[in-house]
Amino acid sequence: MPLAFQKRPSLVAYVTCGDPDLATTRAVVLAAIAAGADVIELGVPFSDPLADGPVIQRASERALRHGTTLEQVLKLAKEVRAQSQAGLIIFSYLNPIMRMGVEKFAAAAKDAGIDGALVTDLPVEEAAGYLAEMRKRNLATVFLAAPTSTDHRLKLVAQASSGFVYAVSRTGVTGARKQLPDDAKNLVRRLRKYTQLPIAVGFGISTPEQFAAIGKFADAAVVGSAIVETIERNHGQEAAAVAQFIKGLVAGS
Amino acid sequence: MTSQGREKQTPGRFGVYGGRYVPETLMAALEELERAYDKAKRDRKFQARLADLLHTYAGRPTPLFFAQRLTKQLGGAKIYLKREDLLHTGAHKINNCLGQALLAERMGKRRIIAETGAGQHGVATATVCALFGFECVVYMGTEDMRRQELNVFRMRLLGAEVRGVDSGSRTLKDAINEAMRDWVTNVRTTHYLLGSVLGAHPYPTMVRDFHKVIGREARAQILKAEGKLPTAIIACVGGGSNSIGIFYNFLKDKKVKLIGVEAGGRSEQLGDHAARFRGGSPGVLQGTYSYVLQDAAGQIATTHSVSAGLDYPSIGPEHAWLKDSGRAEYVPASDAEALEATTTLARTEGIIPALESAHAVAEAIKRAPRMKKSEIVMVNVSGRGDKDIGIMRENLKLD
Repeated sequence: MPLAFQKRPSLVAYVTCGDPDLATTRAVVLAAIAAGADVIELGVPFSDPLADGPVIQRASERALRHGTTLEQVLKLAKEVRAQSQAGLIIFSYLNPIMRMGVEKFAAAAKDAGIDGALVTDLPVEEAAGYLAEMRKRNLATVFLAAPTSTDHRLKLVAQASSGFVYAVSRTGVTGARKQLPDDAKNLVRRLRKYTQLPIAVGFGISTPEQFAAIGKFADAAVVGSAIVETIERNHGQEAAAVAQFIKGLVAGS
Repeated sequence: MTSQGREKQTPGRFGVYGGRYVPETLMAALEELERAYDKAKRDRKFQARLADLLHTYAGRPTPLFFAQRLTKQLGGAKIYLKREDLLHTGAHKINNCLGQALLAERMGKRRIIAETGAGQHGVATATVCALFGFECVVYMGTEDMRRQELNVFRMRLLGAEVRGVDSGSRTLKDAINEAMRDWVTNVRTTHYLLGSVLGAHPYPTMVRDFHKVIGREARAQILKAEGKLPTAIIACVGGGSNSIGIFYNFLKDKKVKLIGVEAGGRSEQLGDHAARFRGGSPGVLQGTYSYVLQDAAGQIATTHSVSAGLDYPSIGPEHAWLKDSGRAEYVPASDAEALEATTTLARTEGIIPALESAHAVAEAIKRAPRMKKSEIVMVNVSGRGDKDIGIMRENLKLD
């Protein structure tokens, strides 16, 4: 099962697709899976990534410089699916999906063999149409839960989510931090009251110690900016560098 | 995604437009703001304090001025100017800033962040922060900092920190992204004082409400001066706050034409203008569903306008609804037309408008000669041109 989360913690790895190009992204994704990633978040680059820190902003700019599109990301997903059974999630801002059309997007995602999607700027209240199209095709709808979410909101998030719930470890944009705040643990505890789904904790995780620590209270850890930065720093040998980074990350747990 | 209903007026929705499209981290803060605003709206003390500040501090009511020489020169409809340029800080923006500062005070949030394009909203924000003793950080694209240098200095003089934003087109849109990143990080202690009828609910409604005073005054003033309503009201539209402010109290007067003027820029090509209703299509940008200038893959296009305050790829969701429903009409004015209108207004009436407002003046200059002398055109002069003197000098060859 693609979103099974059998390890503890499981690793959800994020990449910005098309950074630096789609062929490299495919090689990076396959290498990440081989090195121990359980689920891959395929990030769709967007011109205005307002929830992202500088690392993913730069990656999005690089990917958009040669015109990476959602359509190309879906094609890439299909190619990855042909070679791997790992979980695949589309991670996008809403506008590219809206421009394609929600129904068309859900159909294309199903056709590509994707397991689900997370739309950063689509809160549950605005998601009725999206939920209908995704559920019709048995695609997972992952929503964000934040430390600032009230209990009422956590309940809504839990009810709308399928596959897993993504708990944002702290207020802020994406990007590595030295320490994990207490926010994350409290949030997972609060969220647990409303859901039996696996909970993945993300935002700011970059070291083996942080990764292992997540396993004590959550099912999975999402690592994004640290992987994207590894890609940025290892021009020409991105896949090997990411594989090495992931092996180091999961070795301690 | 969006409701399929036709013109359903639910809170935060204008027809199908509007809504609240933000990361989950901000949702609780928007709900808190909505509750605080709903309460303040019905609180007489809040309204009385706001009215007092608008009067004694900002300088309301602003005059409605009959532009006699311009009217004569154009030879058609009578032209009246609503003088928002005479307000403290030089533009209508102060109306909204005073309202939101009072709200922030009620919510106990003493750190204020804002975005600015032309710098008018940034200056107004820095001003109210000084007045209320708040910490103030203003995000501004570095391209806008270059062309609106004087306003950067004014904000700093008022004690605000101006943070340059170097991403994207380095203009208003990018400043909003950066302000949202700050807000998502410091949401527990910070109020985001958004400067236009943009963003997630409740901003488009709340900011409009704080600017409704423009139209309320203008309606009474024109009735007093002429004994009848104007044939047309013309205002420039960036995000759309001054225009919705003057339009709102006339929405039910179906005979009054409402005309919004967008930045036609230097050509009709995508990237060369900010006319959302000429090249845009519905989409979600920065929290709201409205018309957006975008490419086939849903990436937001870059924009251009000689006026930094109109240089934005989306438009307030209520304008999208007014456009679709046919209640308001939207037309572009080019950079060149706005610059020419600036000179015309300066020389006929002794009023130098902001380049934003000059777009509205340009439309009046086109339209008035085709109208009857018994008809009336009201133009919202949303801001004064002092901040644009540098750009005017670069672009205008005076004989």
